[in-house]
Amino acid sequence: MRIDDLKKKMVASPDGEEFEVDPMTDYFCSDRPEVVKPVKGILEKFYNWARSESIWILGFGTGCGAIEMRPLMTPRFDAYRYGIQWRPTPRQANMLIVSGYLSVKTLKRVIRVYEQMQNPKYVMGLGSCTINGGMYYDSYNTIKRLDYYLPVDVYVAGCMPRPEALLAGFEKLKQLIREGNAEGANDYANRFDWYKANQKAVILNWDMPDYNW
Amino acid sequence: MFDQIIAAVKEQFTLTEVSGAGPVLRFITVPKDQAVNAVRFLLEKHGYKHLVLLTAVDFLEVGEFQLTYLLHNPENKSDIGVRTRIDREGATMESAHDLWPTIATYQRELREMFGIRFPGSPGVDDDFILEGWQQMPPYRRDFDTKVFAESFYPQREGRETHDPATYMKEKLYPNE
Repeated sequence: MRIDDLKKKMVASPDGEEFEVDPMTDYFCSDRPEVVKPVKGILEKFYNWARSESIWILGFGTGCGAIEMRPLMTPRFDAYRYGIQWRPTPRQANMLIVSGYLSVKTLKRVIRVYEQMQNPKYVMGLGSCTINGGMYYDSYNTIKRLDYYLPVDVYVAGCMPRPEALLAGFEKLKQLIREGNAEGANDYANRFDWYKANQKAVILNWDMPDYNW
Repeated sequence: MFDQIIAAVKEQFTLTEVSGAGPVLRFITVPKDQAVNAVRFLLEKHGYKHLVLLTAVDFLEVGEFQLTYLLHNPENKSDIGVRTRIDREGATMESAHDLWPTIATYQRELREMFGIRFPGSPGVDDDFILEGWQQMPPYRRDFDTKVFAESFYPQREGRETHDPATYMKEKLYPNE
């Protein structure tokens, strides 16, 4: 998308009627994210159990780590038996795996994807590139730690981590969800200004709303 | 095969260097103002109709960029690279987008990564990979990518490196 696409414009409907569209307000909701407080008591425990057993991953690979998803989906490692499956759109997913190095250009898309996902949502950083830059520590165009830009629940270390390591990461995430500690989306809402300041410090041509979903 | 082609090129253009070995690959070097015409000549007269790539090399010490147009002839499966040197200072090159529309993408990339200008090339000033880049073009050799990365991207504390031999000796055999 270019900056010009976000300006007000006249659009013709299929039956010829012309109307004005302002993409910034008609296509996006730019309200700030809100903290969703947990329900009290045993109901929240039940919710958390259900959430932990239905982790739906967005099929979006940012770097070389995306190659680890294929063996994970297919019969040898078969992550589906743990209630994990891959979904094609952010609206259907509740987990984002940032699989490897993240260039600034991709970071911009990842932020938009993350913001379009529905609560509750979780982020896993895969590979050493998301932790400390990995082998791209001196690259002019890749970020070096993911948790400055998105709230990360679980990191899986390695370059590349084997599918077994990812499965262990999923188990760890399930444990966090059941304990009620995987509150990344609320953390994002709480420290929204801090995250936005970090994002804008590296994305120099910020041409989208602050929060869009 | 190459002897005839190179002789034909020599008749029309100033060849300063011919290099490359084997039956399928040669590189020829021509002056800047003749480079695009030499490429056009090979394309139209000798069947080098596939553009493999257009790339640049930064010769910082002599203050020049070397451009290479690598061409392929699908009929006899041979390649010719047309090389030319351009000044590093205010680097500008003639655009060749009328020969292949796809070369505009290479020229756009070179404009962004090396700062070489190609006046008239479609979309050449649009952002390609680096959106909103404000520094020196990063593929120039005097751009220090490590210094830039350390100052621009926040990094995790505690990243340190050790010489493997001395580190293992300290850890495993500290008394020897």
